Amino acid sequence: MSNIKYILGSFGDPDEMLHGIEKLQENNIAIYDVYTPMPIHGIEAKLGVKRSRLDIAAFFFGITGTITMLTGVYLATAVDWPVNIGGKTHFALPDFIPITFELTILFCAFGLVGSYYASTHLFPGRAPRVMDLRATDDRFIIAIDAKQNTEHDKIDELLKGAGALEVKHNERKYLSYE
Amino acid sequence: MSGHSESILREPLITGKDITYAQITEEILSPVENKPNRAWWIGFILALCGATLWIVSVGYTFWFGIGAWGLNKTVGWAWDITGFVWWVGIGHAGTLISAVLLLFRQNWRNSINRSAEAMTIFAVICAATYVVSHMGRPWLAYWVLPLPNQFGSLWVNFNSPLVWDMFAISTYFSVSLLFWYTGLLPDIATIRDRATGVRKKIYTIFSFGWSGSVKTWQRFEAVSLILAGISTPLVLSVHTIVSMDFATSVIPGWHTTIFPPYFVAGAIFSGFAMVLTLMLVVRKVLGLENYITMFHIESMNKIIILTGSIVGVAYLTEFFIAWYSGSQYEQYAFINRATGPYWWAYWMMMTCNVISPQLLWFKKVRLSIPATWILSIVVNIGMWFERFVIIVTSLHRDYIPSSWTMFYPSWVDVGVFVGSIGVFFTLFLLFLRVLPSIAIAEVKMILKTASEQSKMKLIKEGHLDKEHVAEYVESLEKFDSVKQEDYAKI
Repeated sequence: MSNIKYILGSFGDPDEMLHGIEKLQENNIAIYDVYTPMPIHGIEAKLGVKRSRLDIAAFFFGITGTITMLTGVYLATAVDWPVNIGGKTHFALPDFIPITFELTILFCAFGLVGSYYASTHLFPGRAPRVMDLRATDDRFIIAIDAKQNTEHDKIDELLKGAGALEVKHNERKYLSYE
Repeated sequence: MSGHSESILREPLITGKDITYAQITEEILSPVENKPNRAWWIGFILALCGATLWIVSVGYTFWFGIGAWGLNKTVGWAWDITGFVWWVGIGHAGTLISAVLLLFRQNWRNSINRSAEAMTIFAVICAATYVVSHMGRPWLAYWVLPLPNQFGSLWVNFNSPLVWDMFAISTYFSVSLLFWYTGLLPDIATIRDRATGVRKKIYTIFSFGWSGSVKTWQRFEAVSLILAGISTPLVLSVHTIVSMDFATSVIPGWHTTIFPPYFVAGAIFSGFAMVLTLMLVVRKVLGLENYITMFHIESMNKIIILTGSIVGVAYLTEFFIAWYSGSQYEQYAFINRATGPYWWAYWMMMTCNVISPQLLWFKKVRLSIPATWILSIVVNIGMWFERFVIIVTSLHRDYIPSSWTMFYPSWVDVGVFVGSIGVFFTLFLLFLRVLPSIAIAEVKMILKTASEQSKMKLIKEGHLDKEHVAEYVESLEKFDSVKQEDYAKI
């Protein structure tokens, strides 16, 4: 049994890589993940990645902002320290629309980006899980778990056939960053 | 999908032959990965002198108080608010390019959005410094926040547009920063994976561990789209609220309902002018002619002429409404603007904002880099005068003729303004050195669909309508980065 953990197919062109994914899937070879220097449209459908639910989260963060501001302003202007301005109502709603809008946007943006960072495990100083250094430059990498898919020669052949410029057999999952 | 080709009728967004993904990375990162050239150092030292002047002037203001400025009891707001509105306006183009143009699927934004967003952030920083320094007691700046306090729990006045402005500007700044930084993550990761030693460690921290996996990119795109969706109304609301600082008062000349749309159009107008001022130099000095093409410059010029004309119509409408209102105070405020002691400022504004941008109707002017650059600076001067005219000429002759006066800036006023330009350029030049000035991933995305080489390939394949090809080749004439000979052969 070899020590190979991951097989990486390194493509120079996104369309060839998509072709490579199709080839592998036709042969029932599971793909671990794909690393690309830019977003590839249509790839998530091929790999069966579900639609992101961040938009739903964003909506609820936004609504939270709306409620927070309206409640806060109500407490400040009508409950805690009501000021009589020309006999007008204490809770003068039209005046508070601009700030309510701003807080909605603020909560929505921070909640959204926060959830994005949390769901994809992005935070300052996190050790990058990089399999191939050129995946952020000019290569499109298909990673295949070598322990689960044991027909290594066949995988190599399929990747090369689809146009992979290079096929790597990595004994470590991620490159060491030290 | 990356394999789809765009219509041949559209101008290419990336020019040059045989551009590869590696070459894009290489060319965009070259200022970041190499030592700066002499032009950068000269610019940086000049900017740093300006920033020093800013520190001296603001320090002087803090020490001696607002009396150091040229304000008097009639003109209580002058260069400070002029500078503030000017900077906030400049900032608007960045959000417009990154958010509004994304929603409209304008792919040409991809090569200018990063720098424009950086410009937004630095411009808003400059604007915010005015807010703090004009407070008189800047160490009490936190009083604008609705914090529980020991003064009988006295709250801020939520009915005041100045409080709204605080919410608007701080939301705008922090959301722009999030948008910009999230977009930067993949590009920082690119620098990280090419760097060594200490640089690698630093960029590793700032790349947040970006890997470029499928899910990361999928969510990245979702986040960009939602942020664009919420930033679009945000950017419109920000300048609307800035205009309400004036419009909700009862000063003749300020008390008008046209202010919100008029200020927003003016903000986009001045912002695009500043983007052109910066990008024309960056393009030349960093050699980015293939990414920021003549098409980009022409498109920006078209937006300038549109928004400039909206501003022109707004000036005329304002005048008409002042006359039509029948209010003699309103009428006097406008007659005084155009013919009073500040007539020169008014006509400076009219010339720079309404008359000279009309030159952009001529294709020759629109496609001339020197002319565009000069006009962009003229627009910025004009937009500064617009704010000066609105603020100072509306105030200097108030209701009692005995208190009529003029405003003369002190050296501190001038120092704070010139210094803020220095601060802006210092930050922008540092940005060019440490972060990519063009969004690398976004440019790579359009390489296979909208580049000159992909269209060349389509032409060579020969399945296209001859007329369309002829039209396309004709449209390439304006590009200074395209060789016409290549097309003569085909």
